Amino acid sequence: MALIEAQNLRKSYGSIQAVRGISFQVDRGEVVGFLGPNGAGKSTTMKLLTGHLLPDSGSAKVGGFDITESPVAAKAHLGYSPEGAPAYGEMTVREFLQFAAELRGLSEPSVKVQNTLSLCRLTEVAQQTIETLSKGYRMRVGFAQAVIHDPEVLILDEPTDGLDPNQKFEVRRLLKEMAARKAVIVSTHLLEEIEELCTRVIIIAQGEVRCDESKEKFLQRGSDLNQVFRQLTA
Amino acid sequence: MSSSTPPTSARKTIGAVFRREFAGYFRTPLAYVFLAVFNAFAISLAFFVGYIYEAGVANLDRFFLYHPWLWAFLAPAAGARLWAEEHRQGTIELLLTWPVTVWQTALGKFLAGWAFLACALLITTPIAFTIGYLGDPDVGVIISGYIGSLLCAGACLGIATIASALTRSQVIAFVVGFLACFILVIVGYGVFDELLAGILSPGAIEEVRRLGLWRNLEPFTLGLIDLRPCAYFLTLSFAGLGLSTLIIERR
Repeated sequence: MALIEAQNLRKSYGSIQAVRGISFQVDRGEVVGFLGPNGAGKSTTMKLLTGHLLPDSGSAKVGGFDITESPVAAKAHLGYSPEGAPAYGEMTVREFLQFAAELRGLSEPSVKVQNTLSLCRLTEVAQQTIETLSKGYRMRVGFAQAVIHDPEVLILDEPTDGLDPNQKFEVRRLLKEMAARKAVIVSTHLLEEIEELCTRVIIIAQGEVRCDESKEKFLQRGSDLNQVFRQLTA
Repeated sequence: MSSSTPPTSARKTIGAVFRREFAGYFRTPLAYVFLAVFNAFAISLAFFVGYIYEAGVANLDRFFLYHPWLWAFLAPAAGARLWAEEHRQGTIELLLTWPVTVWQTALGKFLAGWAFLACALLITTPIAFTIGYLGDPDVGVIISGYIGSLLCAGACLGIATIASALTRSQVIAFVVGFLACFILVIVGYGVFDELLAGILSPGAIEEVRRLGLWRNLEPFTLGLIDLRPCAYFLTLSFAGLGLSTLIIERR
């Protein structure tokens, strides 16, 4: 059974068709890189998969549950970090993760919080309010709330955006550690991230899937990935 | 198999949201300013505008008389952040993708706001003890007045949460919420009578006036807990809860 299933998803904002019939499946152990120009429909697709937005037509399943028909069950299988890793700035890191654990109904929330803090190397800033943290830490807090329940499905919208090379390395390391047991979708602008992190590539442009293939196959398309990208998204 | 979790029970979710929101009020000095302002206005309006002392009657009519005005102003101030802040910080996206339903979150938020307003009301109780010291008031009447005022606060907060769900700006949420509550205050004083005279029958105009906040609070201050005013305040509260839930779900 595929852990993520998108079935002909469509979504319009007014007269703009942001997503025009996107379908794909992601299995356990796969890390899918979502690539595409800005405004291509990557974030909208993620929002449809996670239940933040409702599709105009089509369906999305997470862990076998339809996100529209059984949203609570589907969301229990899902960890999601939206673009920019939003969090309650006035809370401390520990309070925020505790809140996430409570809303998710986890047993022994304090233990889960402690484990997640050390997994994401946040222990030393646990008592700091989130608004005082650097961007690198804040992105990791967003990552932490997405993995606190060890979900089968992980969807991350630009988790390395705006980070310095060391911080990027750190987030990728975390992802690689847990990827084998999960179905993961990561959106990114960085072609290097595909090479390093992903097992599969989905390129989206103008709300449609332009390319869906294994990383190996994608890398064979040419030595200049930027040019490959431009051709596919033109 | 990873540990995908069972859905949270509604009570736990509501409790967690309540605790976060209630504590949230006291994270900034604004809460204390709010409580101080409410207390100062509630007491000084009673003494300097209502002449509660000079009236020489041992009751709190002239204290509760101004509560619709206070709530119309301060309930939107307390309620503005409830959803607008989630929109501004982007955290609404977390709430909507965590395994909880919107109505649970909405109820937790509403109860937290209401509890905060109850704190403001609680701080004014020395005036009741003062009246009790000076005269021999009917304690039941005073308690019923406080119950009425609390219900009135909930109604204004319900309206404020709708305004808050509509926008990411706390300022706009406050202004819209205040205007809506303000209309409910002045409608009871017959401000719109002339405007409505050509459209509605005198009986209907009287019905419109009955929608005013004070018209529904007044029976409580006389010691009467009637079904109609209770239903009025609770309807506004639940309508606020329901509509804000719908707005968030249908965004």
